[in-house]
Amino acid sequence: MIVADRKPIEEIIEQVKGLRSVLVLGCNECVTVCEAGGKKEVGVLASALRMYFLQQGREVNVGERTLERQCDTEYLEEIRDSIDHYEAVVSLACGVGIQFTAERYPSKAVYPGVNTCFMGAALERGVWAERCQGCGNCILATTGAVCPVARCAKRLFNGPCGGSTDGKCEISKDVDCAWQLIVDRLKALGRLEDYEKLCPIKDWSTDRAGGPRKVIREDLRS
Amino acid sequence: MRLNYPSSVRIIRVPCTGKVDVLHILRCFERGADGVYVVGCREGDCHYQSGNFRAKKRVEQAQHLLDRIGIGGQRVRMCNLSSSDAPLFVRFAEEMHAVVMAAGPNPIRAARASQKKASAPSGAGLHP
Repeated sequence: MIVADRKPIEEIIEQVKGLRSVLVLGCNECVTVCEAGGKKEVGVLASALRMYFLQQGREVNVGERTLERQCDTEYLEEIRDSIDHYEAVVSLACGVGIQFTAERYPSKAVYPGVNTCFMGAALERGVWAERCQGCGNCILATTGAVCPVARCAKRLFNGPCGGSTDGKCEISKDVDCAWQLIVDRLKALGRLEDYEKLCPIKDWSTDRAGGPRKVIREDLRS
Repeated sequence: MRLNYPSSVRIIRVPCTGKVDVLHILRCFERGADGVYVVGCREGDCHYQSGNFRAKKRVEQAQHLLDRIGIGGQRVRMCNLSSSDAPLFVRFAEEMHAVVMAAGPNPIRAARASQKKASAPSGAGLHP
């Protein structure tokens, strides 16, 4: 899932303090699972903003709404009738949802209510870790399903480097060396000979190096 | 035991303090409560293992938020006791009552009242 973290309330207040009405817009997908921008977080932020404005002696209309997704036009259309009641939107969706909301409603200011971090998995409740960088050319088949792009600090394809010590990366004792994980995994799978093969230079044009990307599926297009 | 505790305390029963969310606490303040304290089982005694620890973290989150928006985080508190410990229940109620008295009324109530006054038509309230 896309992992996001809550923005400090002071930062959000700074964005919206001059408004007379604002819609706090949540998303039912990834940000709900990582407890940063779902219905509950929308309620908490809206309640805090209402109390803040009341204390400032300001009558500000703070609305709450959570859509199934903010990255699909059909769900964003659900607020078409009500969005004109608000001067701006604080979106608690990931960066995709925030931008897509702004694209669909060009006359509305849309402010981010979360910091979008990475594509990751929940290691335990309250702990998420990066697992994929969406490089567009998956090589997990050759690395025992451990990604050196997302998990090696240097994105090495023929690792490890000299900074690997006791299975940890030199950048931090809390970071596993991806190549140690790859070797351990290949050993467990009985495929250690795969480690001996040199990995050719990766074509990074499918990564961000090629500029903003698109996936076009002609079989699905209408 | 028939112990007395401050009459300002209103009890809201929940199955476990793990049920209490930050949103519930904030809603209380939005509706004018002067203080909220969450009374759970003693740490390590939760029937559901970790309900009171979760409540503790949520109380901390609410404190943080209330501090940031100017209501005052001291108005929220987590208390732990054994369900049979009535004297401690009374002590917590008295302590919380004292905290609220020191902090004064919830500023939201005054803000709402002045907003209502400002929006009322002039001359309203003069008639018996």
